[in-house]
Amino acid sequence: MKMVRVIISFWVLLFVNVVSAGVDDTVWQNELKAQFFAGRSISEAENIIAIEAPYRAEDAALVPIRITSKINQTNDKYIKRITLIVDKNPIPFAAEFNFTPLSGKADVAMRIRVNSYSYVRAIAEMNDGQLIMVKKFVKASGGCSAPIGADLDAAMKRLGRMKFKLPSTAQSNEPNLAQLLISHPNITGMQMDQVTRIIRPAYYVEKVKVTFDGQPVLTAKTDIAISADPNFRFYFVPQSAGDLHAEVSDTDGKTFSQTYRVEP
Amino acid sequence: MKYTMLLCLSLFFSLFTVLSQAQTKETFEVQKIAPGLYFHFGHHELPNRENHGGIANIGFVVGKSCVAVLDSGGNPQQGLVLKNTIEKITDVPICYVINSHVHPDHVFGNRSFKGKGVQFIGHKNLARALQLRSAFYLQRSEEQLGVKLTPQDIVLPDIMVADSLTLDLGGRLLTVTAHGSAHTDNDLSVLDKSSQTLWLSDLLFVEHLPVIDGSLKGWLKELKELSLLKVKRVVPGHGPVMGDWPAALKPQVDYLTMLLKEVRSMIKQGKFIEQAIVEAGQTAAGRWALFDAFHKKNVTLVFAELEWED
Repeated sequence: MKMVRVIISFWVLLFVNVVSAGVDDTVWQNELKAQFFAGRSISEAENIIAIEAPYRAEDAALVPIRITSKINQTNDKYIKRITLIVDKNPIPFAAEFNFTPLSGKADVAMRIRVNSYSYVRAIAEMNDGQLIMVKKFVKASGGCSAPIGADLDAAMKRLGRMKFKLPSTAQSNEPNLAQLLISHPNITGMQMDQVTRIIRPAYYVEKVKVTFDGQPVLTAKTDIAISADPNFRFYFVPQSAGDLHAEVSDTDGKTFSQTYRVEP
Repeated sequence: MKYTMLLCLSLFFSLFTVLSQAQTKETFEVQKIAPGLYFHFGHHELPNRENHGGIANIGFVVGKSCVAVLDSGGNPQQGLVLKNTIEKITDVPICYVINSHVHPDHVFGNRSFKGKGVQFIGHKNLARALQLRSAFYLQRSEEQLGVKLTPQDIVLPDIMVADSLTLDLGGRLLTVTAHGSAHTDNDLSVLDKSSQTLWLSDLLFVEHLPVIDGSLKGWLKELKELSLLKVKRVVPGHGPVMGDWPAALKPQVDYLTMLLKEVRSMIKQGKFIEQAIVEAGQTAAGRWALFDAFHKKNVTLVFAELEWED
């Protein structure tokens, strides 16, 4: 009996060790929480937003992440902001998405870089200031995969090209899905300059602003964790025909824009 | 007299030391695939803490005056063992180390070849690719390979190839060709004219699932050109040496073409990348080693490439 207990506790210990080695919250608890939400309380709950991420990052450079909201955006109650953080990335802050009641739904999907075994967490801020968090653990990919775009020349050649992709028919007065594609190399600037002596500072998209007929739908602050060729899916509510317009700026101060005519 | 004896003794001992050192120098098995052309077979495994990333086919060509190394291996120790093996087989000095592309299993033996008279050769984009990726590779080397790699392990090319380059090894010419974005954006192939052998490295995968880390469309384009070459045999980066060219290319071309068609059609149907990753190309499962490890990564890259088509 004693033997059994010893064996069991050994396994429990081993299990605990394995778990704590992989899935670990300490960076968030000790640093990031205070850095981004100093003095504020954050509840972990599934009733406002959900996060979908692959358990294993197939490609470190391009991990699809999808955040879906569980409430409609109304003037009285809406999700004002969603912050996305990758705990173990060299720069954990990935993006911040600001929504309005006009967004219809505070859903957003994007592709990110995941350098290491890490939690990817989304923190929703309600219009009354309440903070709600969801998280998913992502196992980093192995092998030759690196969090770098594969074909840098192709990305540079397309630099600044943008396009909207929408379903062929739009519905008025309800949330419509839109996808915005931005061609940009999003170079990390995390290179070994001491070896190559080539200085290539980070160069990435840092602001994305989408409006419908001049009214903000989605405003994002993005960082280097966003994959090369940033790609965002989100919702907007057209009351009638109008222009979906995107303005993007990068760390060199270059700006790019694109307009899509919506005819519900 | 006494002095001579002492000298003899010390000579004897130093000779003994040299010999015993030579005996303890680790070597590995290489196959002679043509006169003066040797290759060490890499097993179909993911890089891990047991194989330390030594998983790719690596080899060397011996001329009358120079040896050219064809990829240095996946870690400094494998590089050293390759070097020992070369030195056991021939007295001809190593003049060149050709790095076929940036991936760790092909370049991290480099450090062991550094020295006077050795020049490293890479694609014109290799330095840039190393610059962008190596910090990440080094950072994860201990966890992934069980080998702590340091900045010393990043060896930049001395000779950068933009189009092609002919190396004279002494009575033996090698043509090194730089390719457009394909397996990676920094692929080289090497043609050994005297044996009519085309060293393709990771431009060709046999048995092991082809891994896309450059451009699918670019790769298909390069393969089309390579298929026109008249050669006796080709050496893939992973898998056995193949004699039947370009027939040896067919499974890879079929897989890549299937991916192109399926992913392109999913994009046209308005499907998202998450759906494509799960659904595309699953019919090829079972035909390739390491399919589960790399197929979804391939779909991811292909989707991101093809969504810019229109």
